[in-house]
Amino acid sequence: MNVLVPLPVVLPLVAAAASVLLQRWLRVQQAFGVLACVGTLAASIALLARVESGGISAVQLGGWPAPGGITLVADRFSAIMLVVSTAVVLAVLVYALGQLDAAHESLYFHPVYLVLVAGVSASFLTGDLFNLFVAFEIMLTASYVLITLGGSGAQVRAGMTYVVISLVASTLFVAGVGLVYAATGTVNMADLSQRLAEVPGDLRMALGLLFVCVFGIKAAIFPLFFWLPDAYPTAPSPVTAVFAGLLTKVGVYAIIRTQTLLFVPVGRPSVVLLVIAGATMVVGVLGAIAQNDIKRILSFHIVSQIGYMVMGLALFTLAGLAGAIFYIVHHIIVKTALFLVAGIIETATGTAALSRLAGLVRRAPLVAALFAVPALSLAGFPPFSGFVAKLALVRAGLEVGQGVIVGVSLAVSLLTIFSMSKIWGGAFWGSLTEQEVSPTPEAVPRPVPAGGARLRVPPTMLLGTAALVVLSLAVAVAAGPLYALSERAAANLLDTTAYVTAVLG
Amino acid sequence: MNLGLAALVGILFSVGTYLLLQRTLTRIVIGIALLGHAANLLLLVAGGRAGRPPLITDEPGPAFVDPLPQALALTAIVIAFGAIALLLTLAWRSFVLHGEDEVEDDLEDRRIGRLADGARE
Repeated sequence: MNVLVPLPVVLPLVAAAASVLLQRWLRVQQAFGVLACVGTLAASIALLARVESGGISAVQLGGWPAPGGITLVADRFSAIMLVVSTAVVLAVLVYALGQLDAAHESLYFHPVYLVLVAGVSASFLTGDLFNLFVAFEIMLTASYVLITLGGSGAQVRAGMTYVVISLVASTLFVAGVGLVYAATGTVNMADLSQRLAEVPGDLRMALGLLFVCVFGIKAAIFPLFFWLPDAYPTAPSPVTAVFAGLLTKVGVYAIIRTQTLLFVPVGRPSVVLLVIAGATMVVGVLGAIAQNDIKRILSFHIVSQIGYMVMGLALFTLAGLAGAIFYIVHHIIVKTALFLVAGIIETATGTAALSRLAGLVRRAPLVAALFAVPALSLAGFPPFSGFVAKLALVRAGLEVGQGVIVGVSLAVSLLTIFSMSKIWGGAFWGSLTEQEVSPTPEAVPRPVPAGGARLRVPPTMLLGTAALVVLSLAVAVAAGPLYALSERAAANLLDTTAYVTAVLG
Repeated sequence: MNLGLAALVGILFSVGTYLLLQRTLTRIVIGIALLGHAANLLLLVAGGRAGRPPLITDEPGPAFVDPLPQALALTAIVIAFGAIALLLTLAWRSFVLHGEDEVEDDLEDRRIGRLADGARE
């Protein structure tokens, strides 16, 4: 049995249990949490290396043979996702050490955070539809606690929406699993991919669309995104950052996995997914333009960017899927970095509202640089990682003659630049005038940042953010090999026989 | 397939959805609970017809019931139990903070909405 495959799930879970016991010694608990994340990252990298050299590895936990047992599968796609997600999780944890006050940390932040890591890893590794539900629930339950950590009024309001909408998605998920089981008599994904092929086409399409809805709520695709810009900005900023970077992408991962392995669309490119992709891009970016709060602008951008990933999937070609995988890698890193910068601004000045910020470029030049790089990357400027990712998707789209979606994606890129320059102009340039300070009587009075003094930022916050920015630059530098890796992962996804034989033997 | 159970699943789903669309938090919680019951019942129905308990014995008899959906439903029940407990505490916290049992409006969202109204005039 291959020990490496379950390690990214087991390690954080065990560490979470131990971390509860260390609750009284905060420093020890912090160090322990970082250590556990480093260990998980090392295990994920080793797993990627193993999958890269030895092919897909599957493990039957408990020793029962598939399709009856509990199956964990690591192929290239899941290994890539694991490495990126654990790297981001580690950077955010380092950042959190400087940002969270003792009051938040005493509320069991560290154990819950590690449970979240375990849930995310389990979602990437599971080879069983029902265990995917369980992994989602582990991740979501941890996220319910993290998003309401502190229990302020705004958090309870947004958290309530988030919990209810997630529970609806989970209920639909259980119902979907029930219907799939009724149709095929199995929940093992490798087994399902064979048996679903024998199911009548219209039934398979209906089941497939049900699962697109289930994961679409998590991934915030149009028209199921409405909860996200409301829920995310209220949490403590490290929590928002890790949610923004990871949780929606777990939904995208599940959509890609189920659509390529289980419910393969008959028509290629899939028109339904293309329409969803285009609408998600446009609505997300238009929502971002209307906002005034940095975190809200960035939250709407998550929605818009999800559209690009769905576009890559919808094309259903090798280049399209490879572009989508590369885009996810780029997006997780860049988006988390942007939210971390927003958190730095909020911690240092007391607000994230553009109407109450100005001139930060003089007061915190390093923070401005840390914002500029991922912002330009998100908008798709060369030579940053976003440019490579968008170029890959545009080329994939043109290859199969989908000019409309390519045009939409390029137009949305322009609007992305516009809204990023809105943050830049609002927060980093200019000066504060009296009437801008209180735009509406409804606005809650917050401390207005004092004069031209330099901003004091805790060093661990800068360290965590800088690590991610450097990582995003590394993605751009190593774009060639990384894209080749994405292409091999995409080839794995399109040809399911290797996956099926690895699990069923 | 038991038609009565299938109809019950449908009724539970519709009642749950109706309650979910209310503004009162307690009704939303009850709605979520009913939706969970509906999904679990659907899992059970998906397992096929009723039969002997799935125990390993020597005596021959009629076919026993499929145990897998029962195991799945059991897991889902436990998860739903935890989630609803959390939801209730959130609803209670909301009641303590605001003194009313209703879904709060998103202030920032309303402000953006007013901007749009202003632009139209």
